[in-house]
Amino acid sequence: MNMSMTIVYTVLTLSAIGTFSAVILFFVAQKFKVYEDPRIDDVEHSLPGANCGGCGHAGCRAFAEACVKANDLSDLFCPVGGNDTMSGVAAILGLQPVQKAPRVAVVRCNGTCEFRPKTNYFDGVSSCAAEASLYSGDTGCQYGCLGHGDCVTACDFDAIHMNPLTGLPEVVDDKCVACGACVVACPKSLIELRRKVPKDRKIYVACRNEDKGAVAKKSCEVACIGCSKCFKVCPYEAITMGNNLAFIDSDKCRLCRKCVEVCPTNSIIELNFPPRKLKTDLPPKPVQEAEATALAKGVAMSETEHTENTEI
Amino acid sequence: MLKTFKHGGVHPAENKFSAGKAIQILALPKSVFIPVTQHLGAPAQVLVTKGDKVKAGQKIAQAGGFVSANIHSSVSGTIKKIDLSPDASGYPRQGIFIDVEGDEWDESIDTGADLIEAFSPDSKAIIDKINAAGVVGMGGATFPTHVKLVPPQGMKADTLIINGVECEPYLTSDHRLMLEKGREIIVGIRLLMCALRVEKAYIGIENNKPDAIEHLSRLTSSDASIGVVPLKVKYPQGGEKQLIKAITGREVPSGALPVAVGAVVSNVGTAFAVYEAVQKNKPLVERVVTVTGKSVKNPSNFLVRIGTPVQDLIEAAGGLPEDTGKVISGGPMMGKAVASMDIPVTKGTSGVLLIPENEAKRKQVQSCIRCGRCLEVCPMGLEPYYLMTVSEKQIWDKAEEHHIMDCMECGSCAFTCPADRPLLDYIRLGKGKVGKMIRERKK
Repeated sequence: MNMSMTIVYTVLTLSAIGTFSAVILFFVAQKFKVYEDPRIDDVEHSLPGANCGGCGHAGCRAFAEACVKANDLSDLFCPVGGNDTMSGVAAILGLQPVQKAPRVAVVRCNGTCEFRPKTNYFDGVSSCAAEASLYSGDTGCQYGCLGHGDCVTACDFDAIHMNPLTGLPEVVDDKCVACGACVVACPKSLIELRRKVPKDRKIYVACRNEDKGAVAKKSCEVACIGCSKCFKVCPYEAITMGNNLAFIDSDKCRLCRKCVEVCPTNSIIELNFPPRKLKTDLPPKPVQEAEATALAKGVAMSETEHTENTEI
Repeated sequence: MLKTFKHGGVHPAENKFSAGKAIQILALPKSVFIPVTQHLGAPAQVLVTKGDKVKAGQKIAQAGGFVSANIHSSVSGTIKKIDLSPDASGYPRQGIFIDVEGDEWDESIDTGADLIEAFSPDSKAIIDKINAAGVVGMGGATFPTHVKLVPPQGMKADTLIINGVECEPYLTSDHRLMLEKGREIIVGIRLLMCALRVEKAYIGIENNKPDAIEHLSRLTSSDASIGVVPLKVKYPQGGEKQLIKAITGREVPSGALPVAVGAVVSNVGTAFAVYEAVQKNKPLVERVVTVTGKSVKNPSNFLVRIGTPVQDLIEAAGGLPEDTGKVISGGPMMGKAVASMDIPVTKGTSGVLLIPENEAKRKQVQSCIRCGRCLEVCPMGLEPYYLMTVSEKQIWDKAEEHHIMDCMECGSCAFTCPADRPLLDYIRLGKGKVGKMIRERKK
């Protein structure tokens, strides 16, 4: 008897407290309700949810909030989801979708152990950032890859790996979402996001060495020496010269491969192309002439550059 | 009981092999490379062009701002070129290449060895002469001395502290300078006192140099305003803040300059450079460099012209030992391994240390065992293990919160760590990042 009464009282008391609290909480919740645009949730659900920060915002939620707040989507782009995701976001928000060409990370250094001999040995912590804050690097080239793999650590998508044979990182194009984490992580600014084209074909200058030709060539066999041959041969004005270095703009490049042929140091790399047809049937003369004039011009130009530089 | 700083510190093996070797004048090199950034602050602006003839002591680069220093030619000869050349870190720096021809000094410079004690007590004139001579802190930090002598608005120095501690193992350049140029250093100290308008100066010397303590005490026995303070041997007593604490008991607040507690610290080498600048009109074109190491045939102290390749110094000390694993510019604790031996001696090069192969290699890094020794030895009272972890994980705001910028990179934590963890490597990285963040915020 006594026992059952205790149970009844307990149940009643607790129920009363529960009901009373629920009533208070109901009114408090009404009073302090924060209105949140329901579209934020919708947009967030349509995003990949990688929280990589590639869009420049602190995660997918923050990006969704920015999208809902924005009047047009021209400055907002999710590199992971790409155009499909952005079309979905635009549909939810009733805005015009902005299409962007997909991009992929490219490592602009080809200074492998073979081409770029070591002059020193750094035995500090295995971190590119730490080495770069102390030293120019193990080789004569102060612009080249340090090879500790800060980019690999930074990648959330398992899209970049160190190749133990070359000592350089390699990008897996299928996995790369162009979030840009590796670009930020590289203390030598070697990684660039370039336009992605079908079959992952790529032509780029795999060098960031800004030294004068002779100095660059001494430290690395495949360094860009700034001879401007590619600049002259390019029919699409995709190549610019600056700081003794050629740069191919991936948005203008039409992948004709003429620059690859003329590069004297093989610092321009072509990737995923079918093998070239041998031009044995064609008369070779005109090509040689064109090359000879280009060479003469190149020499003349590099000479003037040289004297200008030494007079400073 | 000898004075010392209170918190932290370590006792590395001293290995002062060259302490008994008198300073030798090194033969002139064939050519020199004089970088325009040998000091903290803005690079100096080059005044000469290719083909110019210069005399030793002639100004060849003008200070590029208030916190900057003039650069003078250390040799007589012809300017070969003005170009980039790698410094100790391997990164190229601008500088002036000079081919040496004879040894002709600028006429205004007194190259005689006679001691000149008398000077006119005009503070401004002294500072101007120090500024013109391009004198910088010779202890290693290379902060322009004339800037230090003009305290910021509202601050007043009351004590000058002369750093004769030389707490870095192996190095003996300051020790030899105190023994051989003691009188000149005392005149230099009087000049600095006059420039700062202070009444009291202390020379702090560690107890492992009894001959220097005795020599300078004898020289200052008649002068009550300069006191010689023997200090207990403990690294890093040569740190500015540690030395102030050891001698005066005052503690410099976090982020503040030493002058905030009324103290200004200068190295004995700087005092000697000040003497030469003011009394002899001789700019800072040479300095004493210790070349030493366990396998070095003939560890020595050389008086070297600025710009001489390090290679020449090593040759003069008996050549590069076969078992050399690392060449370090500076001492073993704070010095940095050099990327090439063609780099020049600069105003801040206190020593060249050749470490044998078996000692040069780092040991295998193990897990932190939470022993807390790094906390015990940190002279700044920081938490090195924590700063390392947050730097490794790139949590920069936490690093700043825990005063990473107060670290002076003395390396006591990494020296003492039983697990051989690269504490300083990561803290230095974090310092760089946080420093950059703070500078960007100020913009």
